[in-house]
Amino acid sequence: MNNTPQIKSGKVISAVNLTKRFGHFTAVDNISFEVERGEIFGFLGANGAGKTTAMRMLCGLSIPSGGKGIVAGFDIESQTELVKRNIGYMSQKFSLYDDLKVWENIELFGGIYGMKDNEIKEKTDELMKVLNFENERNKLVGSLPLGFKQKLAFSVSIFHSPQVVFLDEPTGGVDPITRRQFWELIYDATSKGITVFVTTHYMDEAEYCDRVSIMVNGKIEALDSPRNLKKQFNATSMDGVFQQLARKSTRKAD
Amino acid sequence: MSAIEVKNISKNYYSAKSGKFAGIGRNPLLGEDQTKSISTKETGISFEVEKGEIFGIIGPDGAGKTTLFRILTTLILADSGSAAVDGFDVVNDYKEIRKRVGYMPGRFSLYQDLTVEENLNFFATVFNTTIEENYDLVKDIYQQIEPFKKRRAGKLSGGMKQKLALSCALIHKPSVLFLDEPTTGVDPVSRKEFWGMLKKLKDQGITILVSTPYMDEATLCDRIALIQNGQFLKIDTPENIVRQYKNKLWAVQSDTMYKLLTDLRANNLTKNCFAFGDKHHLSMDNDQLTTDELKALIEKSGHKNVIVQEIEPTIEDCFMQLSQG
Repeated sequence: MNNTPQIKSGKVISAVNLTKRFGHFTAVDNISFEVERGEIFGFLGANGAGKTTAMRMLCGLSIPSGGKGIVAGFDIESQTELVKRNIGYMSQKFSLYDDLKVWENIELFGGIYGMKDNEIKEKTDELMKVLNFENERNKLVGSLPLGFKQKLAFSVSIFHSPQVVFLDEPTGGVDPITRRQFWELIYDATSKGITVFVTTHYMDEAEYCDRVSIMVNGKIEALDSPRNLKKQFNATSMDGVFQQLARKSTRKAD
Repeated sequence: MSAIEVKNISKNYYSAKSGKFAGIGRNPLLGEDQTKSISTKETGISFEVEKGEIFGIIGPDGAGKTTLFRILTTLILADSGSAAVDGFDVVNDYKEIRKRVGYMPGRFSLYQDLTVEENLNFFATVFNTTIEENYDLVKDIYQQIEPFKKRRAGKLSGGMKQKLALSCALIHKPSVLFLDEPTTGVDPVSRKEFWGMLKKLKDQGITILVSTPYMDEATLCDRIALIQNGQFLKIDTPENIVRQYKNKLWAVQSDTMYKLLTDLRANNLTKNCFAFGDKHHLSMDNDQLTTDELKALIEKSGHKNVIVQEIEPTIEDCFMQLSQG
């Protein structure tokens, strides 16, 4: 396997005509876009628009049927293992192991990503301080409130200092205050140079992104900053933009 | 007679794994490291839902919404208190209640190996009726998935599963419909469509108890209960809850929004400041401040293109204020 990164530039994600077909069904249809280093990129779309399929390809979990994608400098078709090593991932459903203690979860994931023991130890101390988690360090993750778990899961997803982290509906079902605190963690991560690729069904959260793409029927129908999108669609909120675009959806599928 | 009557209901679970209590009508004294349940009489929850009303239970995961639904659909017993649906007691008359209510659980609970049509047929048969007899009621919803009626339920998309589940919950013409988080994980357009369907069902006289973590859906209910940690923070119409917001609320914007948030949080005069889409919602200790004074205050810390507007709070603002006590 070729271990050299494909590109060295400010682009952390670049997709060119990326396509995924399942039999006669084209789930992702020729999408092209780039994400800059340190950017918060919102990836929106109706259920069934093809978001999950596209995200799985970008994470090296599904091989494209056509087109090309480079993530964190590696080819998503020929260097999937290197892609996985250089990204972070967190979803609403997958968080951490409830039956392991906070520090055990961190050690496990740090180890999986090939971090050295002393590096894990040092960074764990630092993280516990930043999160104000020092009293929770030896507690089972299952005993933590949902908000704590989400914050910890996010911190673990970027613990190995990936170039880009993929967040799949990270705030679903979380109370309004914790939801906002979570976004403050995202801002903090981007200030350290980590790129954030995020999907959400909360349209107010779309406003927190630097740029937003909206997928309809497998294609990217709009891509710009929230401010420009609102101007372009003559809407007062991102919800207004989304409603106009997603109504064009002909897919009833998820 | 109300469609749903709940009096001092409580149900506390102790989870050995998490070392915590969960459930509804939770006693706030039941914290960590207490393995024994103590009397919960005083902490039970009470409310009534009128016939034909859409009543929303609004709150985050783990607030106790599902426990409440399971008690009212006679699937579990409460620790204390009483409840009646359509005038029938949830303990003594549970069989009668089961005939009259439709229940759509949060997790997809239809038979994955049966087709769309077979699932609907099965539920109709269980309730001694046929699809034809009540087709009018489910028509609007079922027609959207009818092209796929030969497809197995397990192979349906999330949106289609939701529509099939609603059709199955309706096929015996229930008088009360219990919908536990029907729109969770659903995109904003499909959510709007779903609420449109609920309005139509309400027009046919069906009472609907619906839970959701999306605060923006609160305004689509006739009345709502805001719930957190097993307790109701408030029960009222959405309009009244907004009216009872305690402070003046401003929406503020500048060219550097994150810095604006941290600056305002650091300000001694700030009561609360939270991001709300492209604006921050701000309340101050001093409600006498004018919009111009506030603008000047923000500009003093170097912000450009400052916009300050006094606004009406949203349900989410109210929830945050109430949950902070």
